[in-house]
Amino acid sequence: MLAYTLRRLALIVPTLLGITIVTFAIVNLAPGDPVEVIQSGQVDSRISRESYQAMLELYGLDQPLYVRYITWLKRLATLDFGESFIDHQPVIRKIGERLPATLALNIASLFLALVVAIPLGLISAVKQRSLFDKIGGTALYMLYSLPEFWIALLLILLFGVKLGWLPFYGMESINAHELGFFGYVWDRLRHMVLPTICLTYGSLAFLSRFVRGSTLEVIRQDFVRTARAKGLEENDIIFKHVFKNTLIPILTLVGLLLPTLISGSIILESIFSWPGIGDLFFDSVSARDYPVVLGLSFITAVLVLLSTLLADLLYAWADPRITYE
Amino acid sequence: MSDEKKRIKEDEGLRFADPPRRSITAGAGFWQIVWRRLRRDRFAMTGFFIIVFLLVLSYLAPVVANNKPIVMRHNDRLYFPAVVELAPLRWFVKYPELFTMDFDEIKHDRSVALVMPIIPYAPTATALDERFIPPGVSHIFGTDELGRDVLSMMIHGAGISLKVGIVAMGIALFIGLIVGALAGYYGGVIDIALSRVIEVVICFPFLFLILAVIAFLPPSIYNIMIVIGITRWTDIARYTRGEFIRLKDREFTEAARALGVSDPKIIFKHIMPNSLAPALVTMTFGIANAILIEAALSFLGLGVQPPLSSWGSILSGAQKVIEFAWWITTFPGIAIFITVTAYNILGEGLRDASDPRIALGEDG
Repeated sequence: MLAYTLRRLALIVPTLLGITIVTFAIVNLAPGDPVEVIQSGQVDSRISRESYQAMLELYGLDQPLYVRYITWLKRLATLDFGESFIDHQPVIRKIGERLPATLALNIASLFLALVVAIPLGLISAVKQRSLFDKIGGTALYMLYSLPEFWIALLLILLFGVKLGWLPFYGMESINAHELGFFGYVWDRLRHMVLPTICLTYGSLAFLSRFVRGSTLEVIRQDFVRTARAKGLEENDIIFKHVFKNTLIPILTLVGLLLPTLISGSIILESIFSWPGIGDLFFDSVSARDYPVVLGLSFITAVLVLLSTLLADLLYAWADPRITYE
Repeated sequence: MSDEKKRIKEDEGLRFADPPRRSITAGAGFWQIVWRRLRRDRFAMTGFFIIVFLLVLSYLAPVVANNKPIVMRHNDRLYFPAVVELAPLRWFVKYPELFTMDFDEIKHDRSVALVMPIIPYAPTATALDERFIPPGVSHIFGTDELGRDVLSMMIHGAGISLKVGIVAMGIALFIGLIVGALAGYYGGVIDIALSRVIEVVICFPFLFLILAVIAFLPPSIYNIMIVIGITRWTDIARYTRGEFIRLKDREFTEAARALGVSDPKIIFKHIMPNSLAPALVTMTFGIANAILIEAALSFLGLGVQPPLSSWGSILSGAQKVIEFAWWITTFPGIAIFITVTAYNILGEGLRDASDPRIALGEDG
């Protein structure tokens, strides 16, 4: 286990380096240099030679590529992503302000997906080829093909506009702070309902199909047959023997779902004006706010890397059969 | 030696000396069996026919939904203004004498416009007195805020969705096959290095990578195809790598190696045809995904640019008027859903039909 952990950790280094190279490569994709872009967007195009030079130096654009890369790496090491072009706030602070909203949404969605998907998958595996399995399978399949932004629009139309049951703009009402503690929590929860549903149904479909598949695999194994032969109750077999073993692959999958969820957040957060990193990212892309775009790309990639690492380690810890070979 | 025996001997000699031909015939046999099985899968075939129908429809879009007549009379000559917009013709045939013609005017004149398309509206033809018409006889799926016919926009937009899906995943297939083949075949340092590359690409949530690149490039449908292609190849590479690891020590590969066949030839001629199945299944699911990504990007305003419209961009415009013009939101969404489902069930069928765990000979 220790050897595995160390080797797995060692492999992080080249991947992390790769992430920095990709991010850095994207900066250099820009047609012309970023300074020119800033000027054409915000400052008078006939900007003085001195201030142009100052900007070149600030972004290190007069240096050769590898020098710029190394300087940039050094700044990354101290989590210095520079300042936003738009409001001149440090990028890291802007991201820090927005991260909790996204985490709240993603954790709620992941929790909901697991709570619904595990029983669904288990039942359809145990009752394989039953009506429940067939209808459930087809329904989940269709959920998977529904574009989430379209569902978001339809839900807004139905529950937000026509019925007026649920809010669909932002994280809290304007008067949220006058509502008292419970009123405030209630208000927040109501705001979360629609974005969470839209973010969840896709991964829910994926997860429950996965749970069904891995349960079917476990059910066919010898120890289950032994348990049946011993005359154990079917419920005991399913919950004590089968379920525990299906949990292991689910652990890894949860790590792998994170990038999909975060990607989903971009569209949904901008539709629901949810003040998370997805919304920030989309606004920054639209405004060509490069430092924020790059900082966010880098940070989300590192987050995903860490979550897959964690999932892998948990997997190895939970299942001693896994070795690095 | 009788002629018969001699022929067999030669045949065997040929097989032994020329293994590529043998492995390729085996591959063709495999695909025949896959196709035979797929044909029996009613679900998958429904998906297949929906895709074929959409491809044909999007090709024929100029003669199905257009404000130009299919056949018209002008100065006692017959013209085919809608027909010449079809793909190969539009590069060769031009009607300069019709350039200044107002087709929306003449299309109601039965003596000029002899045959009109079934949906007599161009996707870009605006009509300010026909804004927000609900679905009905004249406009089956209604009109949008500029009076454009929604069904016509959807028929012309179908091509964009399908093109993005297929071109993007074509690029992804190309990269994925090469990376997977090299990693799987050579193993060792090359495998470790290429696996890191795959891991790096996976680490970026795909929309982040795609949006970050698009932020720096001018928005165009071609950039989107390329960007989706160069970010969505990792699954194909991983499956191909697995197949190569499985096949690289098989007898046919060893035999080819013993005969001195070069590495590239072994990789591309001997192993590749036998390892395509999982890659193609993944590609089918990938097309479904790419269609969703294109729709999402166009919805966010970063995809198709006006005057072109795709299903996603129609939805983008619909967002602002969702409270009263429900039809602009509903129909393109259903179209995306049906197309994506069609690709997904075809992929599922392909996966079952090409599953090596089910004996291939059973119904061959």
